[in-house]
Amino acid sequence: MIVNNKAIPSLAKKDMRLDGRGMLEYRGPISVETGITVTAEGSSRVQIGDTIVIAGVKMSLEKPYPDTPEEGGIMINAELTPMSSSQYESGPPRMKAIEISRVVDRTIREAKAIDFKKLCVKKNELAWFVSVDVVSINDAGNVFDAASLAVLAALNNASLRDFDPETFAVDYKSTTKKKLPLTKAPIAVTVYKVGGKFLVDPTTEEENSYEARLTVGSDAKQIISALQKGGSEPITIDDVSAMVDIALEKASFLRKAYQKK
Amino acid sequence: MSSEITVEHRAVVIPGQVLAQGMDYLPGEETYREGEQIRSKVLGLANVNGRVMKVTPLSGPYIPKVDDVIIAQVSDILMSGWRVQTGTPYSAMLNVRDATQRFVRKGEDLSRILEIGDYVVGKITNVTSQNLIDITMKEPGLFKINSGRVIQVAPQKVPRMIGKRGSMIGLIKRYTGCKMVVGQNGTILIDGNAEREELAQKAIRMIEEFAHQSGLTERIEDFLKSVVGEVPETAAPSGDRRPRDNRSRGSDDSSKPSKPFVQRNADTPTENTDKAVDEKGSEEKK
Repeated sequence: MIVNNKAIPSLAKKDMRLDGRGMLEYRGPISVETGITVTAEGSSRVQIGDTIVIAGVKMSLEKPYPDTPEEGGIMINAELTPMSSSQYESGPPRMKAIEISRVVDRTIREAKAIDFKKLCVKKNELAWFVSVDVVSINDAGNVFDAASLAVLAALNNASLRDFDPETFAVDYKSTTKKKLPLTKAPIAVTVYKVGGKFLVDPTTEEENSYEARLTVGSDAKQIISALQKGGSEPITIDDVSAMVDIALEKASFLRKAYQKK
Repeated sequence: MSSEITVEHRAVVIPGQVLAQGMDYLPGEETYREGEQIRSKVLGLANVNGRVMKVTPLSGPYIPKVDDVIIAQVSDILMSGWRVQTGTPYSAMLNVRDATQRFVRKGEDLSRILEIGDYVVGKITNVTSQNLIDITMKEPGLFKINSGRVIQVAPQKVPRMIGKRGSMIGLIKRYTGCKMVVGQNGTILIDGNAEREELAQKAIRMIEEFAHQSGLTERIEDFLKSVVGEVPETAAPSGDRRPRDNRSRGSDDSSKPSKPFVQRNADTPTENTDKAVDEKGSEEKK
């Protein structure tokens, strides 16, 4: 794999990128499709440039946790498939996949985007538990943002299934008009620091030549729900505020694509 | 039994396909003899060259050849040299004495000369039967890459990138003003102004996409012209326009009559790299 890890920082110092984009410019086309599968309760396919990610929502009735007897739950899992990049191998999730799933999970969970109380069917006994799977179809960089957008779109697309009121057996062939109680639209945006400058939507090459990155999860009211710092270099408090400002602006940009679909 | 060729020149052949019958023909690259027949080893284009049957593969990794100029990336630092990646499945070595002119003390930190991740323009000096490769940087036009960008294309498309006697690469250089080196392993260095580098990269991607079509040079010239406008013939590094023999030039050249001696530009280092690269290219292109 070719990585111009010297040219990228030196161009970044001049506010330039290898592909000629602006530092804060996303690749096109950005598309969000929903309802791409019939078997999942909700699904989506997100494309940012050449990066493609799909997400699916499945729901099941389970016993609630003892500390939250009236609430359902959510679980997000990411899989980076070997077909999407030469860097990934099959097998259990590695560090990058775990990080993506955890950051996306935190973005949704801590924003309190889903009203878990509405997922409760019977106190202390049964509640809906939401399980979201994100799969990378093609990784041309920035799977982070694409995964966050895909999960949100899939959750928004999800509707509940019918179940037998006595045996509580879920009929997965049924469809109801009851949507998943998604109240907010939190999106994670990752800002990269390269050559002392900030950029968003990195290509694979840029993802291999950055100094530091900060993922910021925020909802439409610009309330931050998650932060995740990565990379080998430290960032200053001024960097953090600059990166958060960029992330908030770009989150509202991505939210437009999500609402347009 | 009489000898005959069973495929047409430039026809697509599949592995095992019979290319020629009889002992009058010889198996060349990517072919083998089975009894009286010569068969193809790969999916590719048949090449009838006198009595030799060859097949040009349509895809696959770079197969190292002695005297190829390639662009390689340092992947490991060893006791007395570097291991470099060349785009082949095999390991390549760059020895300290082939890497630098200056004296290197025993035990000196080799990462001061070349670090892991650095790209170099090198030449293959030796390929063993086990496909172990030796590389040198100690010839004119071979150097460590300090600026510019490196991109990768399929090694099979390298002759297209260079064009007839360097016409294609000369065209891109002329319009973009970038310094370029095309390694035989499909790795290409573009070094110049950032926007022009990007333009050159776009042109290369275009060549890659339309590699099998004819009239490609004109198409690329139109594309470059539409972006940067007309560029006079002598305005760019013209190393590749050096007349090497008296054969008439192909239609790839512009309508301007060819001069017997093209004026050379001041930048000698590019000239040398050009030479090493496009000689190879024109040879492959015939």
